[in-house]
Amino acid sequence: MPMDKNFNYSKAFRDPVLAKGLVEEIKKNVTRTWVLMEICGGQTHAIMQYGLDQLLPPEIELVHGPGCPVCVTPLEQIDRAHAIAMQPNVIFCSFGDMLRVPGSQVDLFKIRAKGGQVRVVYSPLDAVQIAQENPDKEVVFFAIGFETTVPANAASVLQAKALGLTNFSILTSQVRVPPAMHAILGSPENRVQAFLAAGHVCTVMGYWEYFPIAQKYQVPIVVTGFEPTDLLQGILAAVKQLENNQFQVENAYQRAVTENGNTAAQKMINKVFEPCHRNWRGIGTIPNSGLGLRADYALFDAEKRFSVEHIQTKEPEICIAGQILQGLKKPNQCPAFGSLCTPSNPLGAPMVSTEGACSAYYRYALNLETTH
Amino acid sequence: MAQENLISFQGPVCPVPLQHKDTIVMGHGSGGKMTHDLINLVFRKYFSNAILDAGNDFANVQIPDGNGRLSISTDAHIVSPIIFPGGDIGKLAVCGTVNDMAMSGAVPLYITASFILEEGLPIATLEQIAQSMQEVAQEAGIQIVAGDTKVVEKGKGDGIFISTTGIGWIPDGREIRGDLAQPGDRIIISGTLGDHGIAVLAARGDLGLTTSVQSDVAPLNHLIQTVINAAPQTHVLRDPTRGGLATTLNEIALQSKVGIQLFEETIPVQNEVQSASELLGFDPLYIANEGKLIVIVPEAEVEAVLSAMKNTKYGENCCLIGEVVDKYPGRVFMKTTLGTTRILDMMAGEMLPRIC
Repeated sequence: MPMDKNFNYSKAFRDPVLAKGLVEEIKKNVTRTWVLMEICGGQTHAIMQYGLDQLLPPEIELVHGPGCPVCVTPLEQIDRAHAIAMQPNVIFCSFGDMLRVPGSQVDLFKIRAKGGQVRVVYSPLDAVQIAQENPDKEVVFFAIGFETTVPANAASVLQAKALGLTNFSILTSQVRVPPAMHAILGSPENRVQAFLAAGHVCTVMGYWEYFPIAQKYQVPIVVTGFEPTDLLQGILAAVKQLENNQFQVENAYQRAVTENGNTAAQKMINKVFEPCHRNWRGIGTIPNSGLGLRADYALFDAEKRFSVEHIQTKEPEICIAGQILQGLKKPNQCPAFGSLCTPSNPLGAPMVSTEGACSAYYRYALNLETTH
Repeated sequence: MAQENLISFQGPVCPVPLQHKDTIVMGHGSGGKMTHDLINLVFRKYFSNAILDAGNDFANVQIPDGNGRLSISTDAHIVSPIIFPGGDIGKLAVCGTVNDMAMSGAVPLYITASFILEEGLPIATLEQIAQSMQEVAQEAGIQIVAGDTKVVEKGKGDGIFISTTGIGWIPDGREIRGDLAQPGDRIIISGTLGDHGIAVLAARGDLGLTTSVQSDVAPLNHLIQTVINAAPQTHVLRDPTRGGLATTLNEIALQSKVGIQLFEETIPVQNEVQSASELLGFDPLYIANEGKLIVIVPEAEVEAVLSAMKNTKYGENCCLIGEVVDKYPGRVFMKTTLGTTRILDMMAGEMLPRIC
């Protein structure tokens, strides 16, 4: 799309008239029930924020995918983060919404209140700068995220190496979307009939990885953005394919995404990281779904540097986060939703992060039926 | 690699919740739910009395054998940086207390100020702050009549903390409180939302974010006098400071046991504030303001109050943004531009940026 400086990017894709037209178009095309999964937590958030689910015909069910990096970070990794952050000589840097996620003992707020040096950063490169400014401290960055965030994490390692820093390391919990799609579609309990692929992830990765998935499981995969009309456009494209018995990979977010994605960012990812097995909170281990540091960069691996690999935590059973992250249940079907479990008193990660499905439901949805 | 059936269903997963009931964490100062819980757990437990328990930002007290009543309010001020676009901690301190008093419909008269100074603070900075306090006190028509100064060692403060207390006079017959909103009332905001929070956040410099947004910090007592003259039946006045419009309206909805419905398309937010908020993962409805006024009046007085406010310095961008309803008592909800409805809950704890 050509850049037009008079074009209002923050309003154009929220246009009520355009949105209503798309909804009508969806209603015209739908003849039976369909289950669609939006992969990304940002999409779940937007759907609930704008109440798009209220506009859609009842035939269309949206289930919320596992695309919230905070929610899928496993408890043992959070406990490892806390073990590192509590050490006296450490400055522990994290994205903001990770602070509230409780480990099995504490959370990062509590560690900070007890004198631990916990800092919120917006960019992993800020953590590198903190390492430069504090040569006598160990600076650790909690590198969580999907493919969207991973290039910046990689850049921090490359930057630290270029600067010759020996006091910087990262604790990784990075995940990839395609293995998660395989896991969801391959599950005997799968209900998902089409995917709205995560637009931001595709900005980096393109959508070439999705062709074999669409073919193998015969599901439409529509690359979808995050504004209301983007989402409705994605839903419309998916419904049209489903109704016509097609299963193509389709790009409904052309202003940001190309088939090959950002190849420079992909190169950076591959230079620093390699696929590894990764435990997803609530889902379990998915082979090759993670991105861990390559041997060349082992010096920057906080797990090795602080000897926390032995920390293994088993999660106690309270909420149904696992089933929600797999799209098997809706947040309001949880007996704790809205009563025992709220954003100020979260029982599970999906209620903690603003991108989590439970939080999105709680924040935005009025008068939901709950099971309690 | 075969990837079928690889999900190992671990069943329900979750850690036990952390309530933060044994240690102060930053979220206790957010003005949101955690602040409310802390007040109930500690202060109300020991200080409880009818005046305090009214739950307003001011105390409304009877003068023995006197004419009218007193409005008393106290505030502690911490802000980083201490000087920011549009103001400084001194202006913030005076305006904060003037505004809290004025929300009762009082005429603010006097304030006192205590200063906690950190060793190493330049005297010139302190003087700049004192000068701005005097200027804004003059604008508000009040006097700073008593003070105190303490100094703490380097590293034990953040440059300067200021605590202010104010006394104002409430004329007889004036009843403006957070528990007086009634179904059918209309909700007016005096101008754009989120300016102060974004100005201060950008001024900290650690986000690499440059904006031209200025803090809206301002004394609102003259604006309030205009409102009361135009709308003698004004039910509620409140300034949406920490926690923003959404949190403040939640407080009013709870105090008055009513529902509050907003209309998204009418809510004024500067483009720059909207863009910065979205970039940072914040919602302008939860960002602090220091010079904005929520007015809740019966429908009959809406036109009069809007046209009066439009002619004032701090109310020229005022808008009608919602109404008080009897459904969903205690909740705030919003009709979106798409015609759907969503909840606006109280802010939970510390406002945190999102990962992506």
